[in-house]
Amino acid sequence: MSTQTATTILESLALDEEGFLLDPQTWTREIAQALAQAEGISELTEAHWKIIEFSRESATESGASPTLRQITKGTGISTKELFALFPKGPAKKVAKIAGVGKPEGCI
Amino acid sequence: MKTFLILGAGTAGTMVANKMSQHLDPMEWKIVVVDKDETHIYQPGLLFIPFDIYTREDVIKPRRDYLPRSVEFIRSDIELIEPGENRVRLTHEKRVINYDYLVIATGSRIAPAETDGLLDNGWHENVFDFYTLEGAVALSRFLKFWKGGRMVLNIAEMPIKCPVAPLEFLFLADWFFHERGMRDQVEITLATPLPGAFTRPRAAAILGDMLERKGIAVEAEFNIMEVDHEKNVIRSYDEREIPFDLLVTIPTNMGAEVIERSGMGNELAFVPTDNHTLQSKQWENVWVIGDAADVPTSKAGSVAHFMLDVVIENILRHMEGLKPLPKFDGHANCFIESGFDKGILIDFNYDVEPLPGKYPLPGLGPFSLLQESSVNHWGKMLFRWIYWNALLKGEELPFESQMSMAGKWS
Repeated sequence: MSTQTATTILESLALDEEGFLLDPQTWTREIAQALAQAEGISELTEAHWKIIEFSRESATESGASPTLRQITKGTGISTKELFALFPKGPAKKVAKIAGVGKPEGCI
Repeated sequence: MKTFLILGAGTAGTMVANKMSQHLDPMEWKIVVVDKDETHIYQPGLLFIPFDIYTREDVIKPRRDYLPRSVEFIRSDIELIEPGENRVRLTHEKRVINYDYLVIATGSRIAPAETDGLLDNGWHENVFDFYTLEGAVALSRFLKFWKGGRMVLNIAEMPIKCPVAPLEFLFLADWFFHERGMRDQVEITLATPLPGAFTRPRAAAILGDMLERKGIAVEAEFNIMEVDHEKNVIRSYDEREIPFDLLVTIPTNMGAEVIERSGMGNELAFVPTDNHTLQSKQWENVWVIGDAADVPTSKAGSVAHFMLDVVIENILRHMEGLKPLPKFDGHANCFIESGFDKGILIDFNYDVEPLPGKYPLPGLGPFSLLQESSVNHWGKMLFRWIYWNALLKGEELPFESQMSMAGKWS
């Protein structure tokens, strides 16, 4: 996806102040790519998609975006790798790109 | 004879045994309680042991003394729970218990092995937990002769039991080092996976300010990858390093191993439980109370207490063929010891975050919410007496199970 396409998509989206999709229903794979670029991830690889898809399934089931431990357990991808794929704060980044809403801080 | 089986004789299990024995006809029901050891620990007291405010003896009592006489107490590890068969296998004499109703109150435990290097050479030498009696006592011995340096408190992963305890530890440490005239010799840092001092925004802001005023540094969004004993640093997944001379750790918290073995838990071995009825999501004669449940509220004794009436009422309803009521609202309240004989009280539930104001309590209060006062500190100190003499017995306390907005500024 070119930077220009990504910018056009991003401009058309309703995001909250932190950049989370306001309406998760509007999510598409193109939107995910645009959001990923905004987060500094230029290309979504197979591993990225595996995590994104798992997160969407998990969120549909439980109503909340998954924790790091749920992602690593559910996908078999290690925490170290997860940090390499989604640098600096993968829980938040994954949630943002997968359009599943901000992870609720635990209590 | 029917069997009412309770696994775990901590705060939650003990309360359930006491309450249930008042309700069930002893001619018809046998109540059985299983725990792996005989000692009940007053867990809120562990925090005070490192600072010599409490000793080991101040926080332990025999479990049996707090259970009704009519209850059968078995000291044993649990090998396996087989909810499909309504059966539990114990390790002690390979005993098998068939139950009609099961209450899971197996709590949570620290799992330091989840973090690389945490259990290596430094464990209980310059790396300590204070969520176990052994850890708290070992740390008190260490602090007695410590000359100062860099103290780092690290929370490995959320959720943890009593999420305010790490903050209380820091506040008390600041006070303790002041008292010893060595505060200027100690650098204190909190390294937390959270974006700030606490989980809920308004409390996080206020508690964060308090840390700053006390000169305690916060390293936020720090997800620990490993403890490096060669360099004496903790390292995060994003390659940040924090050097330490003393590391106080809140390791990953998990549910009991038997929950994992029995395939009944989530990724952290907590039991999937209905947030409002406290019935197991999978088995209708299985109920979960206290830390063992995966419900999204704090893991704390106060929460177990607020769950108690809901669990008892719903089990009794179920016995009569009625539907359980969705009455549990996630209510939690915690006294936060803030050092120098002061404390803070917070009160919240699933939907309402901790708010400032006053907490009305006939006879004792009001307590100030989200701000420091000495009354709050004395409330916390008095709580140990209340715990042993009223709470565990399931007696009426002047706290409502459901949170109230009375006195709160919204």
